[in-house]
Amino acid sequence: MSEDNPTYAEPHPRIARLGSGRFALEIPAEERRLLLNLLPDLGQLVETRDPATKRLFPTAYHDDPEKEAEYQGLMANDLAAGRLAAIATVEETIDRPEIDMPALERWMEAINSLRLVLGTRLEVGEDLPSLGADDPDAPAYAVYEYLGWLMEQAVRAMSEDLGGP
Amino acid sequence: MAVSPLAPIETDDPSHKEDHKPDRPWIVLVWNDPINLMSYVTMVFQKLFGYSLEKATALMLDVHQKGRAVVSSGPREKAEFDVSRLHAHGLWATMQHDV
Repeated sequence: MSEDNPTYAEPHPRIARLGSGRFALEIPAEERRLLLNLLPDLGQLVETRDPATKRLFPTAYHDDPEKEAEYQGLMANDLAAGRLAAIATVEETIDRPEIDMPALERWMEAINSLRLVLGTRLEVGEDLPSLGADDPDAPAYAVYEYLGWLMEQAVRAMSEDLGGP
Repeated sequence: MAVSPLAPIETDDPSHKEDHKPDRPWIVLVWNDPINLMSYVTMVFQKLFGYSLEKATALMLDVHQKGRAVVSSGPREKAEFDVSRLHAHGLWATMQHDV
């Protein structure tokens, strides 16, 4: 797991809890563009079961190929459909000032799926490398860290909702 | 009453009893991974299993520090359901017989 980074004390939260089951969205235009560029790519990787999506379809039975095949046969399509639905929800609601709990759940699923696929592509470990600005992987790492920052806010908003009135 | 010569003979054969043992319980394991946020993993444990913040945090720390933790157990159907919900949330979960 990756540490929650305390330097992410954001002056402008993108996602925040308003009240019971209600959440404010305030994603700046350039970040919306970034997300709206990434999400269709994620959808395509999910649909084609690209190797980068292996973390989206984990193994349930380590040591029983027969049961594992059964599990994948039963679940893989549902898992893929869930990810595609999450992508669609983010695309539909990204311009709204407010979303409800089911929408925030789908936001989390979509953002986390982006992180899982990007993290798989980048082969990230427990500690992120410090890259020079001219490193070819630097932009992808920047996006990965941005998604982590966004995810952290979604988790905080959801946790506050789980915790109180 | 006369006992039929073809009546089954009661035995204590343990290999025979094995077939009738109720299903051994299954355990659901979550494995450490470098991508999922610690706060997210805690939240997922709370949300999916109704665990308190304290219990969910302790399980998350077990996963992080020991590499894995048992998060639920039960019959195969329940374990598989839990695994699939963990997978839908992007966590690396597997299931196996309790030993």
